[in-house]
Amino acid sequence: MTTLRGAAASALPLAAFRFLTRSEARAAVEGAKVRWGFLVDTYKCVGCGFCVKACKLENEVPYDAPVTRTWVERYVILKDGRMLADTPLGARDGFTGMEVQGVQVRKREIAKAFFVPKLCNQCENPPCVQVCPVGATYQAPDGVVLIDRSWCIGCGYCIMACPYGVRFFHPVYRVAEKCTFCYHRISKGMKTACVDACPFGARQLANLKDPNDPVTRVILTQRVAVLKDEYGTKPQAYYIGLDENVR
Amino acid sequence: MRSHVLRPLWVVMGVVALILVARQFVVPEDFGIHERGFMYGYHRKSNEEEWKAFKVKYRTKDYCRDCHPDKYGENITSKHRIIQCENCHGPAVDHPDSPPKLSIDRSRSLCIRCHAYLPYPTSQRSEIKGIDPGEHNPDMECSMCHNPHKPDMG
Ligand code: HEC
Ligand code: HEC
Ligand code: HEC
Ligand code: HEC
Repeated sequence: MTTLRGAAASALPLAAFRFLTRSEARAAVEGAKVRWGFLVDTYKCVGCGFCVKACKLENEVPYDAPVTRTWVERYVILKDGRMLADTPLGARDGFTGMEVQGVQVRKREIAKAFFVPKLCNQCENPPCVQVCPVGATYQAPDGVVLIDRSWCIGCGYCIMACPYGVRFFHPVYRVAEKCTFCYHRISKGMKTACVDACPFGARQLANLKDPNDPVTRVILTQRVAVLKDEYGTKPQAYYIGLDENVR
Repeated sequence: MRSHVLRPLWVVMGVVALILVARQFVVPEDFGIHERGFMYGYHRKSNEEEWKAFKVKYRTKDYCRDCHPDKYGENITSKHRIIQCENCHGPAVDHPDSPPKLSIDRSRSLCIRCHAYLPYPTSQRSEIKGIDPGEHNPDMECSMCHNPHKPDMG
């Protein structure tokens, strides 16, 4: 049934014939008071994984399935030049040992080592949205990319299109699934579950349209970087202390 | 000229008309391009409200204060004050209505998320007081000796 409805919707999008006037379009984009973004401080992250645990329970992502909306990666760069990286179960249970990718690392071998939390970048130019054949995924006026579960036909194009690998197939609903910045929380003035769960302030939510937002000020005034800038997706999750080895 | 060209054309036009009529019934009224334009904003508007209506489960520390003042008071003055109660006890949802009790996790794996010592130079992890879980009183629960809410030692 969903498939049928989706096909019907895509067959002739009459709404596409209604063009916004230039001022209408500008008002729609610039008039918005809210544009959600994110700031990750990789120095502060200790790899406890409480953010992943909280995200899964808050958003009803099957706890033991190997899928997650957010995860934490560990990077260990050895003095001999080797790079090891892992994220066991997305770091749901944290990092508790020195073994990485089957290698028992010793302290004196380590050149650099750190944790990098990942989540949806809520790109300004989301490639995952462009490829949707039925209009089931879209960018809300405040920048958050959402999936309409009742319209998604589960084709998986968006999962392939995301350069950051944040989308996956929901094992229960059988549709594409992704981080929503806890849309139900941020729209009530709360923080996302992962931000609240982080004891160290490694994760922060920002309203990029508000120059007085303390997190936005950090993004605007300090040295931050984004992931895979060269793809032109304009990701809106900013990172402090990003390393060239992080992908 | 007549039939063999026109007849299939009628069929095609009939099919197109049928799809257009069916579309009127199947596609919801609020389906359209909305604020972000055709490329990124083509969607069913009411889905935004559906996502906003999703159930909030994590209620943060303030929610516990009035009912568990002893644990709250102990915790808020300790070195563990930065940790949310729900990180260790699970989401409150509508506790104490449902669930009536939150879980109590006495496992060592809960504590070694932060306290298993990892010597990572540029990560704050190496600055947390750490232990080697294999050496530090193995096979005993941490809370036998440490107060999880106020672990301060001197
Ligand atoms: C409206 C009051 C209320 C609030 C708010 C509340 N609790 Fe409770 N809590 C209770 C009651 C009542 C019990 C049941 C006590 C019993 O049966 O022994 C309980 C039981 C518990 C237990 C189990 C204790 C045991 O001995 O098994 C835990 C853990 C707990 N609460 C944690 C929390 C946390 C964490 C929060 C904040 C997120 C919280 N509670 C918020 C009233 C509350
Ligand atoms: C670091 C993890 C951790 C945090 C943070 C934490 N707890 Fe606990 N809590 C525990 C553990 C472990 C126990 C079991 C203690 C024991 O065995 O004596 C416990 C026990 C409890 C109990 C039952 C105590 C009893 O003796 O019946 C309550 C109620 C409780 N916690 C409430 C809270 C509240 C409220 C907060 C936040 C202010 C909180 N906890 C924060 C780990 C934690
Ligand atoms: C048998 C009691 C006992 C158990 C069980 C126990 N500890 Fe300890 N722990 C101690 C004592 C005593 C000290 C202080 C002396 C020392 O540093 O060894 C201590 C010290 C610590 C310190 C501070 C280390 C420092 O460098 O100052 C941490 C952190 C710690 N424990 C965490 C844990 C964790 C996590 C667990 C569970 C995995 C645990 N402990 C289990 C008795 C215990
Ligand atoms: C989210 C990470 C985290 C978790 C989980 C955690 N702790 Fe801690 N713990 C800390 C931090 C941060 C400190 C204080 C800073 C430091 O160690 O220098 C601390 C301090 C301690 C200390 C040392 C207090 C002192 O005065 O030196 C002990 C002991 C301790 N925790 C035991 C526990 C036990 C037992 C548990 C499990 C119930 C636990 N911790 C879970 C982060 C954590």
